[in-house]
Amino acid sequence: MTHVIELTGVAKRYDSAGAPALGPLDLRVAQGEALAVTGPSGSGKSTLLNLVAGLDKPTEGAVTVSGQRIDRMGEHALARFRRERIGMVFQFFNLLDDLTVADNIRLPAQLTGTPRRRAAERAGELMELLGIHRHARAYPGRLSGGERQRVAVARALVNRPALLLADEPTGALDSASGQDVRELLVDLHRGGQTLVLVTHDLALAEACASRTIHLVDGRLALDTRTEAVR
Amino acid sequence: MRGSGAGALGRVVRSGVGRRRVQTVVIAVATMMAVAAAVVAGSLMVAAEAPFDRAFAQQRGAHLTAELDPVKASTARIEDTARLDGVTATAGPYPATRIHVVDAEGRRTPELLLAGRSGPRADVDHLDLTEGRWATKPGEIVLGTSFIGPAFELGSTLRISEAADSPALTLVGFATSVSETAAAWATPAQVRSLASKDAPLTSQLLYRFDPAPSTGEIGAYRTALAAALPSGALLGTQSYLDAKRSADEGAAPTIPFLIAFGVLGIVMSVIIVASVISGAVGVGLRRIGILKAIGFTPRQVVRAYVAQALIPAGAGIALGVVLGNLLAVPLLADTERAYGTASLSVAWWVDVVVAAGALLVVGTAALIPALRAGRLRTVEAIAVGRAPRTGRGRWAHRAAGRLPLPRAVTYGLASPFAHPVRALAMLLAVAFGTVAATFAVGLTASLSEVGSAQDPEDRAAVTAFTGMPSPHGGPQPTGGSEIPSVDPAQAQAAIEARSGTASYYGKTQEEATADGVSGSVRAALYQGDFRHGAYQMISGHWLTGPGQVVVPSRFLETTGAEVGDTVNVTLRKDTRTLRIVGEAFDTSDDSLEIHADLADFPSARPQVYLIEVDHGVDPAQYAGKLAAALRPLGGDAMANSPSERDNFALILQSMAALLTLMLVSVAGLGVLNSVVLDTRERVHDLGVCKALGMSPRQTVGLVLASVAGIGVLGGLLGVPAGFALHGYVLPVMGHAAGTDLPPSVLDVYDLPQLVLLGLGGILIALLGAFLPASWAARSRTATALRTE
Repeated sequence: MTHVIELTGVAKRYDSAGAPALGPLDLRVAQGEALAVTGPSGSGKSTLLNLVAGLDKPTEGAVTVSGQRIDRMGEHALARFRRERIGMVFQFFNLLDDLTVADNIRLPAQLTGTPRRRAAERAGELMELLGIHRHARAYPGRLSGGERQRVAVARALVNRPALLLADEPTGALDSASGQDVRELLVDLHRGGQTLVLVTHDLALAEACASRTIHLVDGRLALDTRTEAVR
Repeated sequence: MRGSGAGALGRVVRSGVGRRRVQTVVIAVATMMAVAAAVVAGSLMVAAEAPFDRAFAQQRGAHLTAELDPVKASTARIEDTARLDGVTATAGPYPATRIHVVDAEGRRTPELLLAGRSGPRADVDHLDLTEGRWATKPGEIVLGTSFIGPAFELGSTLRISEAADSPALTLVGFATSVSETAAAWATPAQVRSLASKDAPLTSQLLYRFDPAPSTGEIGAYRTALAAALPSGALLGTQSYLDAKRSADEGAAPTIPFLIAFGVLGIVMSVIIVASVISGAVGVGLRRIGILKAIGFTPRQVVRAYVAQALIPAGAGIALGVVLGNLLAVPLLADTERAYGTASLSVAWWVDVVVAAGALLVVGTAALIPALRAGRLRTVEAIAVGRAPRTGRGRWAHRAAGRLPLPRAVTYGLASPFAHPVRALAMLLAVAFGTVAATFAVGLTASLSEVGSAQDPEDRAAVTAFTGMPSPHGGPQPTGGSEIPSVDPAQAQAAIEARSGTASYYGKTQEEATADGVSGSVRAALYQGDFRHGAYQMISGHWLTGPGQVVVPSRFLETTGAEVGDTVNVTLRKDTRTLRIVGEAFDTSDDSLEIHADLADFPSARPQVYLIEVDHGVDPAQYAGKLAAALRPLGGDAMANSPSERDNFALILQSMAALLTLMLVSVAGLGVLNSVVLDTRERVHDLGVCKALGMSPRQTVGLVLASVAGIGVLGGLLGVPAGFALHGYVLPVMGHAAGTDLPPSVLDVYDLPQLVLLGLGGILIALLGAFLPASWAARSRTATALRTE
């Protein structure tokens, strides 16, 4: 089985004298798997996500994503890795307010040097797929929460990443929008997208994830596999 | 309660100053540099103005000194001129004549104007008797204080020629005339007795006007005076402005230059302080809201924000005053030499006025945004601090997105439009920095041109002497009575016989008199191919043959003549009417030097020959061989080494370099401050971009691109403004030094240089933005994403 994520003995300490915020932890996520990470505040969920995304480095252990040891990479290599292999969706969307919806979606493709026309085509494709094409020229501030999160998902998928990371993707949404995003993630997973989603929302975890891990004080407390969503 | 409130306010101020370290340093450094420039400018202005004006007022100095012919105008007629319009006081008429004074060892002074006065006191030109006493009987003389030295001691006997039977005069005192009405004084009877056919008796009348006349008004008074007297009775005049200019000459040219830099520094300081504080308010809206929510009054908020500017500014002002005093020292030393006065120091009140003015400027610059902070409603402040940005600048993002450039670059290019006021402050800082750099480069080039234009003699490769002492060693010739020992024909034959001679011309310098000039002028007379002796011309042309004279600007100013007019020049006993064909750029020293063809004055002979050698000929070897030929005849020859650069020009150039460096640094700091504010504000967006895969290099590119447009525009604005400033200040500096400037001194910029200076604007912007760009690239993405 091919593992997209492979964590071996990973620990992260923010204070050298204190207990680790995460780990030591061993974790493998297979290609096409949808992993939900749950746990109370301070349990290490976001730290885990940051380590997998290459936004932070572990104090101990090895982090391998798509076959690459990202904990040994420099900043330039990590940036390249993120834009080519990872898509990220955030709780508060993190869209750039001064760019249009289309420009926001195109941005990661343009950072990789994708020709303008091809980036525009891919963005158009995703906007069509996610039902936001009518907002292409609008600015994020004018969209509803659910629409913004769809834009964020489109942006995350523009470079066809091997791994989609979502940090509380429904945390800032009303229930209708949350449901909307939930269905979108289920669809993506059904399409074969490997997913890691950090959430407090057990309903989301249940709906989208083929596997759920529960963290408590940085340690793996529970690892449950469910029936394949697809 | 009041105490605890003050304590809380103090803590807020301290934390604000500590938190915004970059802004704190920028305010301190910008203020320091502006204050330093202002202290230097102010102290020089005071030093240049005060000594002359004070002494002139104390002595009731003569605004105009007229030399009159007593044969053509009776005493009564001369005295009637005291009733001319504008005249408030007169002194004289005093008998006057010209003499040479020879000391006991046979050393002879240049020609002196000797005035006959019964005492030093007068309604005009009340002399200061600095040593000894006044001449009370025939056989006594008082000399000007410039003669004080070992050669002239009180009680010593002086003669008026080398002849043993010439009249003897006992030196009884030294006196100062600020208006320089005469160089020596004796009793009226003594003066009359010394007059001769060669040194005729004249009458001297001194005038004061109210108000003190300008150059143009002096000319009008001179015309009125000439009209009130019989034709030819007015032999010459001297304006107090000549004496003032002579006294001010050392420092006066620096004033416009320092004012330009001082004003630039102060304007930049105001822009940067205002931008820093308004930026602090802009990015601290939420903090202001929180302060108000916990009970700070609007007045306390205003005081907190003003204090955050005044604390670093106060430190900057203190350092600036010290730095300004240190920088002023070399320039003041030069001023001291110009006045011959006691030690000059920075006037204490200049320090106080500059420091108080700077505090006022900084306080006002800080008060406006601080008042805005005070007026903000608490809820609004908190809400605005958290809300997404307004839609400003979106059009720029749309437009930039279409450019065929990397996305990180186009994103950066559009960024300044989100904060137009901040971008404007940055633009002004870059533009002023470019102005300073452009002005300084032009000034340095102009001063180099002035240095190379001043002394054409130094341009000759070899100088041959016809028996006079070397001008590079020994004493200078004192008058026109010495006869060169080498026959000019023999000297010319020796030069022409020497292989390697490209061209040469003969030159001599003699004392002469010219119509309209009181006292003597120095006449430089040229023989042969004297094109190489040409001065830079302000107007007209260099000598092309006999019957012509080239004069300096001051000659035209003194006499009221213009290029094209004729002037009578008398050298020894030969008087020639010469046409003024050119105005030479000559600021080599205080005396008036006119230039004419030696053929006009047959009694004169060349003292030196200035020789150009063929290409490839070593001047030193050539001079050695020529010297071997001339020495048996009583002459000599030597190769000229490049003249040492004028010390004053070097000081000015060093000052220009230092002040430019300061202003460019301030401009860079202004950019740094703005980019730091911008980067802090955009840290979250940058974090998002980095999370999406923007590499550190792309992040640096984005931040640098955000200032590149401003750098280009700043350069485009700054270079023409610096060019214009140079075009304005240089002529003012020239006038302060008593001359117009030739095109070669004014037209010093070329196109590639201007383009490079324009690129300097981008360089300032990029250097200023580099640190925050690196910081943005290094910042941790995860932390940035958590930033609100």
